[in-house]
Amino acid sequence: MSRLLKFNIFRYNPEDTLSTPHMEEFVLEETDAMTLFIALNRIREEQDPSLQFDFCCRAGICGSCGMVINGRPGLACHTKTKDLPGEITLLPLPVFKLVGDLSVDTGSWFREMYTRTESWIHTDKEFDPAALEERMDNKTAVGIYELERCVECGCCISACGTARLREDFLGAAALNRVARFLIDPRDQRTDADYYEIIGNDMGIFGCMGLLACEDVCPKHLPLQNQLGFLRRKMGITSLKRIFRK
Amino acid sequence: MQTVYTDLLVVGAGLAGERAAVEAADAGFSAICLSLVPARRSHSSAAQGGMQASLGNSVMGEGDCPDVHFEDTVKGSDWGCDQEVARLFADAAPIEMRRLAHWGVPWNRVVPGKSIYFKGGKQFEKVEKEEKEGLIMARSFGGTAKWRTCYTSDGTGHAVMCTMDNRCAQMGVEVHDKTEAIALIHDGETCSGVVARCLRSGELRVYLAKAVMIASGGFGRIYPNTTNAVICDGGAHAMCVDTGVVPMGNMEAVQFHPTGIVPTDILVTEGCRGDGGTLLDVNEKRFMDIYEPEKAELASRDVVSRWMTHHMREGHGVKSPYGEHLWLDIRHLGEEHITGKLREVYEICTSFLGVNPIHQLIPVRPTQHYSMGGVRTNKDGAAYGLKGLFSAGEAACWDMHGFNRLGGNSLAETVVAGGIVGRKIAEYLKGCETIFQTALISDAVKRQQTRIDALVKCRNGSENVYRVRAAMHEALNKGANIFRTREGLDACVAALQEALVRAKNVGLRSDGKGVNPELAAALKLEGQVKLALMVAYGALMRTESRGSHNREDFPARNDRDWLTRTLAIWKSPDDTLPTLEYEPATTVVEIPPGDRGYGKSEIISADDKKE
Repeated sequence: MSRLLKFNIFRYNPEDTLSTPHMEEFVLEETDAMTLFIALNRIREEQDPSLQFDFCCRAGICGSCGMVINGRPGLACHTKTKDLPGEITLLPLPVFKLVGDLSVDTGSWFREMYTRTESWIHTDKEFDPAALEERMDNKTAVGIYELERCVECGCCISACGTARLREDFLGAAALNRVARFLIDPRDQRTDADYYEIIGNDMGIFGCMGLLACEDVCPKHLPLQNQLGFLRRKMGITSLKRIFRK
Repeated sequence: MQTVYTDLLVVGAGLAGERAAVEAADAGFSAICLSLVPARRSHSSAAQGGMQASLGNSVMGEGDCPDVHFEDTVKGSDWGCDQEVARLFADAAPIEMRRLAHWGVPWNRVVPGKSIYFKGGKQFEKVEKEEKEGLIMARSFGGTAKWRTCYTSDGTGHAVMCTMDNRCAQMGVEVHDKTEAIALIHDGETCSGVVARCLRSGELRVYLAKAVMIASGGFGRIYPNTTNAVICDGGAHAMCVDTGVVPMGNMEAVQFHPTGIVPTDILVTEGCRGDGGTLLDVNEKRFMDIYEPEKAELASRDVVSRWMTHHMREGHGVKSPYGEHLWLDIRHLGEEHITGKLREVYEICTSFLGVNPIHQLIPVRPTQHYSMGGVRTNKDGAAYGLKGLFSAGEAACWDMHGFNRLGGNSLAETVVAGGIVGRKIAEYLKGCETIFQTALISDAVKRQQTRIDALVKCRNGSENVYRVRAAMHEALNKGANIFRTREGLDACVAALQEALVRAKNVGLRSDGKGVNPELAAALKLEGQVKLALMVAYGALMRTESRGSHNREDFPARNDRDWLTRTLAIWKSPDDTLPTLEYEPATTVVEIPPGDRGYGKSEIISADDKKE
């Protein structure tokens, strides 16, 4: 006989005036190789069809299913129940606006972040369809991809002390995004340009260095190194500004 | 009721949709993409392996050019494709890859000098040329004559999706995520927008546009075992089928990927085999080299999937609680390669299977993967049946893949077709004036509201949405799988017709308030069963074997009678079967039908046709 798992799941439907935030208990028999993706879908199909949660690729690639699993933000799709105790508590990610139950709105948050960081290559070069591609060192290309592996699940933001204190803090995902463009030779922005975006308490100087972001990142991005790299770079830029005055 | 107006409305914010939207925005038009999820979560981002384009930078790709790419694509399609479209695609692909590099994709680049690579488990050496240093590198993929697949480690889709979405942000293309289109607004001649449901509040909303584009990806989720994301559910296709005038092309052409992992059907990339991985049976022996001495593991997907299934039927499968499977062996590629160029594979194996592919074998089996069929369009991406309706990417049957697509050709198609169709849409918009008929719009909304009310109040019955969906899954899985027969398909069609009746009688068990996921599932169920019937009935009628459509009772490819494309239309809502029509597979013939050089070779020639 396999384990009977007890799930405590946060429930609230903001679109239903009669709904109030509360925890609800579901019991499910554990099966072989069960993940939270399998478990939550079974609960929805067999016990409560109104239960809201987000999954998309269910393969750890898209970042849809970030939630707080027994106190820790993580991706539900690649969380195996056999690695968890018999009682599992699931809460929606904090910081992001709640859509309902375990579903939050990460899309709006990240879209605003693209605007704030101007998340695109800044260049005055025109594309010439008749020319060969511009060359790039393979190490540089691989280095950029290393930082572009973020799936925007929001786990780092939810685990961030500063982000939970202040709404306007950019957070690790955004700072990592800036670092991605900073090391890209195609982007013509200068350190001073980046300073305008992140050289303040909403940006790199707001980071308290708790580093929970790196601890919870399901893609194991080197967030700690990036924060250190940006802090040094922006610190120097800041000093240059002071002396120029 | 909120009404949103835009020039171009794209249903779907994956690579094809966003690429087309960028093109329209570039021409000065407003564009909005609707998406079930934030754009970067689109299934495009799950594509690991790469994009085919004949840049010929790698030494193993020397001599490659659009002609060779075109020939591979036509052969890969088993001559089921539109050759004019395959030509457009092969010619434009290199330019599009370079454009992506300009926009920010960190393609892996050529590193000059000696390096080793694997083929069929054996080690070889190659020397990349100095003068090519820093140009876009390519890797090997199945069914191609040259190394042609441009890649970013094994996160190509993700990297290109990030760049494309950045480009959208830069160009002011809006993405309305958590929004689901549920019905097209049309008068039987022209399409003028959609009724959508907000997945933040559950409210209905109207989007009006001069041009509507379906770029919603595949519909693999009508099968129970699929590599597709849960959003690839055919909802947008169902909306087109519902018009009664828009035909779906070649719905019976369903690709099964050789390496879905067991039990969860998550895909591990073809890059594993491209980089030299081998398939092993229960005795840990290679077998693909017996069936396909020339190409072995690198024959095209339909061929490999079929031999795998055949080999398991012969009793060489590995037994497991989840049914039989085979092994994928990449151990010889070494730790550096596996944790570098195949890192996603490494992570999938360790996170979902508890298998370390550096030292252990990966359990795999063929799994539903790609829908060659979809909204039938002409070479400009304009859908048949409704003016102002376009489609591109996996959602469309444009049709460069015919009856089997090559690995790396779909991800490339998303941006190449998105670009080509996007430009055609911009041309269309330039010459377009439109009048929106208010009665038509309010009727469309009323019809959807009535449907929702009926589901919530169980007015048509109280069938359980998930059970009906399971019945559809089971029918397709049994009857319209890798190997097909008349008996199997007859039973499948009958079971699906039964499911269709039940789908019309679905009622919700929950209250349907707000976003309600049960309502979302119920709203598309009937349409999904209709799509399933198009697959099964089209397969039943097509009495030949071509590409991924394999009839055991008709093993030959029959060019005499079936060098055609199936068009399936659901003419009346009361019909219990789609109406099938046929058109020539291609009107332009650069390469006459011939042997593919791999797989079965039994062909009934088109020359046998009696005049």
